[in-house]
Amino acid sequence: MPNAIEFAEITKRYGAATALDGISAHIPPGQVVGLLGHNGAGKTTLMKLALGLINPTNGRACVLGLAPNTVEFREARSRIGYLPENVAFYGNLTGREIIDYLARLKGAPAGEAGVLLERVGLAAAADRRIRTYSKGMRQRVGLAQALLGSPDLFLFDEPTTGLDPSATRQFFELVNQLRASGKTVVISSHLLAELEPHLDSALILKNGKLVAHGTIAQMYDAAGLADTITIRFSGKPNGLLREAWISTLPSPPRMRGPSVVELDVPQARKLDVMRHLMGSRNLSDIVVREPSLVRLYTTISSAAPAASDKVNSDEQDSRRRA
Amino acid sequence: MNKILVVAHKEFRDGFRNYWVLAAAGVYAILALAIAYFGAVTAGHVGFTSFDATIASLTTLAAFVIPLIGLLIAHDTIVGERDDGTLPLLLSYPVSRSDLVAGKFLGHSAVLTVATIAGFGAAVAAIGIATPEIRTPAAWSSIANFLVSASLLGASFVGIACLISTATSEKARAAGLAFLSWFFVVVVFDLVLLGVLVLTGGNAIERAIYPYLLLLNPIDVFRLINLTGLGGSGGNAFFIGMTAAHVYPPAVLYAALVAWIAAPLGVVAFIFRRQEI
Repeated sequence: MPNAIEFAEITKRYGAATALDGISAHIPPGQVVGLLGHNGAGKTTLMKLALGLINPTNGRACVLGLAPNTVEFREARSRIGYLPENVAFYGNLTGREIIDYLARLKGAPAGEAGVLLERVGLAAAADRRIRTYSKGMRQRVGLAQALLGSPDLFLFDEPTTGLDPSATRQFFELVNQLRASGKTVVISSHLLAELEPHLDSALILKNGKLVAHGTIAQMYDAAGLADTITIRFSGKPNGLLREAWISTLPSPPRMRGPSVVELDVPQARKLDVMRHLMGSRNLSDIVVREPSLVRLYTTISSAAPAASDKVNSDEQDSRRRA
Repeated sequence: MNKILVVAHKEFRDGFRNYWVLAAAGVYAILALAIAYFGAVTAGHVGFTSFDATIASLTTLAAFVIPLIGLLIAHDTIVGERDDGTLPLLLSYPVSRSDLVAGKFLGHSAVLTVATIAGFGAAVAAIGIATPEIRTPAAWSSIANFLVSASLLGASFVGIACLISTATSEKARAAGLAFLSWFFVVVVFDLVLLGVLVLTGGNAIERAIYPYLLLLNPIDVFRLINLTGLGGSGGNAFFIGMTAAHVYPPAVLYAALVAWIAAPLGVVAFIFRRQEI
C-alpha cells in the first residue's frame, strides 16, 4: 500500500525565517503517528503543507498519492479530516447548522450531522448557537466535522486542547477506533504522556528540523534510553554504592534522598541488576520505570543540533555520547 | 457550481439572520420616500413631484447608500474568516478558493439585491399609490431599469468589497479601506472631474475624454443608465453637462457595470489563489 503522506526534502521559508528545513519522512497507512515538538517547531506548518494551504519553498509533498497544491488534490480533500489548532466556527450558527454546512461542502451524506454530533457527545447542544459553547464543546464540533464523510486520513492539530480529562479519554478511544478501521491518524501535540499509549510512530521536530522519525521502540533504541530503577532502603545505601557492578552501568547512581538511589539500567542488564539488588541489605522497595515519550523527547530535543543553535553542537554531541 | 451555491446559500441565510436584509431594505425605503417627498423642498413645495424628478432623486440616493451597504456587508467576508480562524478549516474542504469567493459574492449580492428591490420597490410602490398619474408603461420601464441597475451597482460594490477583504490582513484595515473606497468613488472622483470642468470651462479635450472617464466609476455608470434619459433636472445638471457630448446605448452602460463586477472578482481569484493561509 502506498504511504498516506510523503515529504521529500521539504523546506519552507518565510522571508529570512526557516519554518521547515529539509524534512524527509513518510507516514504509512493505518498508523497513528505523533507529530511532536515545541511550540514553533513546525508542526502546524507541516500539517498546512500537507493540506495544500501553503506551498513548500523547496521539496515536494505527496498526500494520498497526490501533490497537495494541485487541482486534482482538491477533490481528494474529501478523504481528509482536519482539525485545526484552536478551531473556530461561525458563532451565529448552531452546531448542527455548522456540521450540515460543512457536510454539504464535503459532499457527505445528508443526516450525518446528527449522528456525528451524538458520537462526540453534543446531541443535546446541537441546536444551540456555537457562541454559547464552551471551548471543549467547540473542540468536539471540530472533531465531528473532521469525521464527516468517513475520511481515510486524519490530521489533528493539538486535538485535546480545551478538553477535560473525560473528553480527552473519549478522544483517544475514537483514535483507537479509527486505527482499528484502518485509518491513518496524524496527531500533533506536546501532551506527550497522554499521547504515548496510542502512537505507533512519531516525527519529532525541533526548530523546523526533523530530529527523529520512526516507531517509538526504534526511537528509544536510537536514543539509548535505559530503564530507570529507583531503590529505596530502610537505612543508608552505602553498601550498594560500593558494589563493583554499579560502576559498570552507563551512568553513575543518583541519590534522590538520604536512602533513595536511582540507576539508569539498559534493558539487556535489567534482570542481572535486579538479582544483585535482591541481595542488598536494608532493601525496602524497588520501582522500575521504562523509558517514556517525555524522556525520549527531552533527550532528543535537547541533544539534536538545530539550525538556531549550531554553536552548541559540539557540546550537545558530547552530551549525547555521555 | 454546487459548492458555490452551498457557500452562497449560507451567506444569504446569514444576511437574513443578521438582519442585514431588513435593515438595508428599511433604510432604503425610508430614505427613498423621504427624498422623493422632500426632494423639491428647495423649489418651495413638498410632496411627490414629476416622475423624472423622483427617479433622479432615487438615483442620487442609491448612488450614495447602495455602495456603502455593499461595502459594509462584504468587506470582512474573507478577512473575517482569516481573523476568526475559520479560513484554514474551510479551505481544507474540497472547495476551490475561486468557488469560495464566488459563493460569498453571490450570497452577499443576493442579500443586497433583495434589500434593494424590497426597499426601493416598496418606496416606488408607495409613490405610485400616492400619485396615480405616474403609472405609465414608460414609468414602469424606468423603475425596472432603476432596480436592475441598482442591483448590479450593489453587486459591483460587493465585488470591490471582496477584493478589499482578500487583499487585507485585518478586519479593521479592511473596514478603513472600504470606507476610503466609498469616499473616493462617491465623493472625490466626481468632485475632481467637476472641479476641473468648472475651472477650465470645459475645453474640447475634456469634453472628449470625460464620458470615458465616467465609465471608470461604477457609480457614474449607474447614474448614466438612470439619468441621461431624464434631462438635467435637480442637482444633476453638472453631471449631465459632462456627458452631453456623448450618449451611450444602455447595453454599453450595462456591460460596463457587469465589467465592474467581473474585474474585481477576477483580481480576487488571482490574489487569493496565491495566498498562503
